[in-house]
Amino acid sequence: MSSRALIEVKNLSVLFPLYHGSSRSLKKMVVAAASGRLAQDQQQRVVVRALTDINVRLDSGDRLGLVGSNGAGKTTLLRVLAGIYEPVLGSLRVRGSLNALLDPNLGMNMELTGRENILLRGLYNGLPRSALPRLEEDVAEFAELSDFLDLPVRIYSAGMVVRLGFALATAIKPQILLMDEWFLAGDAVFMEKARVRLEEMVRGADILVLSSHQNEIIRQWCSRVLWLDQGNVIADGPSEEVLDRYIGTIPHHPIEALV
Amino acid sequence: MSSAVTTIAPPAELNLLADMTIATRNRWAMADIAEGMRLWRLAWALGWLDIRLRYRGSMLGPFWLTISTGVMVAALGVLYSTLFKIELRDYLPFLALSQVLWGFLAALVSEACGVFTDAEGVIRSVRMPYFVFSMRGLIRNAIVLAHNIVVIVVVFAIFEMWPHLGSLMALPGLLLWVIDALALTLLLGGFCARFRDIQPIVNSVMQIAFFMTPVIWKPTQLSESGIAHLAFNPFYDLLEIVRGPILGTDVETTTWIGACVYSVILCAISWAFFVRARGRIAFWV
Repeated sequence: MSSRALIEVKNLSVLFPLYHGSSRSLKKMVVAAASGRLAQDQQQRVVVRALTDINVRLDSGDRLGLVGSNGAGKTTLLRVLAGIYEPVLGSLRVRGSLNALLDPNLGMNMELTGRENILLRGLYNGLPRSALPRLEEDVAEFAELSDFLDLPVRIYSAGMVVRLGFALATAIKPQILLMDEWFLAGDAVFMEKARVRLEEMVRGADILVLSSHQNEIIRQWCSRVLWLDQGNVIADGPSEEVLDRYIGTIPHHPIEALV
Repeated sequence: MSSAVTTIAPPAELNLLADMTIATRNRWAMADIAEGMRLWRLAWALGWLDIRLRYRGSMLGPFWLTISTGVMVAALGVLYSTLFKIELRDYLPFLALSQVLWGFLAALVSEACGVFTDAEGVIRSVRMPYFVFSMRGLIRNAIVLAHNIVVIVVVFAIFEMWPHLGSLMALPGLLLWVIDALALTLLLGGFCARFRDIQPIVNSVMQIAFFMTPVIWKPTQLSESGIAHLAFNPFYDLLEIVRGPILGTDVETTTWIGACVYSVILCAISWAFFVRARGRIAFWV
């Protein structure tokens, strides 16, 4: 790779405006403005702080795991790093090609054939035409679709759809790999094969950011862990250290804890 | 079995700041459009895909639209030429052309509202220029228009109206349509993502515009002062710069000026909105 990959997040906050009820309606906004209530409305606008004052710097070779309970902001942070949500406060700098594995069925269309879906994915990624045959060959081989490649995805078995989605998502090698936990779910037989491919991709990437609830996977793949809770960084440091602290706060027997 | 991945993602760099200056925001908006244009093959594929999915399982596909437009033109043509007491050969070519062009405009405006909300899944899982979805909306409707052109050709052939050199003057008009369509999809797409009650408003505006614009009636049916007022209807100016040359009627200079002025205003509003809203659309959809 010509340039070294880098992610630099400074004082980043993301606030989600909650658009519910009347704030979604232009009519009500206009009426409110006309009756002089708008200024008040704007101050009272309900926002959710999805991320608060995050500072992270990742260089080539860094493998960062994101841990935290549901709603801690892990996926939001991944989306920010991918450039999908732009920072509301602070800044983000990303250098290097990036692939975010967030949605297993990104741009996949059930009515298209497997082959057409592969080509569409190539277009989504802005690949030159010359790269498409190679992409097609690679995905078709990994997903083991053989004769089904020219049939609509709609008639595929569930397993075949998962295989195609996974093959597509992992078919393009980035310098920076962002991955959400769903990628590690799947049936056992396929998982083994998927793991080999994913591990190869992870090894090939300069920077990995992985969000997961499975602490063993984080321990195995990540050298550094960022612990998020309600959008705040609780801890940031070597995997073992942070994970041990984090696991300490999770009830070991959730059912007993509930009782 | 090999699982070697050999396709490499294209290099990229991203510097995002909150509280961007207006100049930076402008640069981002321009970059969005430039990158979107570079992905024209994706927009083209998505536009075709929309059409294919809309008509999947039907043998005639988009030609169903051609047939329904044809039937409508024939029925309206007979009815209104009687009502307006105009010769069918004077009226039907005018109606066929107007109806097809208006159908394109109305569908484009109405679908512009959904260009971003329809692509919610993609917008929330990958960074993608928003302009791609604008181009997709335009391409989708251009494909429908291309199918409906058959109706115009058939009607013109029946009345033996053959294309003449002056028809080429419709091309600059169509170019202006393309620019306006892209500006409008960016504006309405973003605006409708934020305010969900715009779509019905837009639809009723288009309904009123249909009756106020000479689509099924001819501008010559108005009195002198009525014609003068038509220039204030943006839809009339924009429709006439394409329709006039094809029908072989003269397009007034004022009509052209009107069309250009309205286009500039539309583009300016759309640009100002897009520069401000681009970074927020992902939060809205």
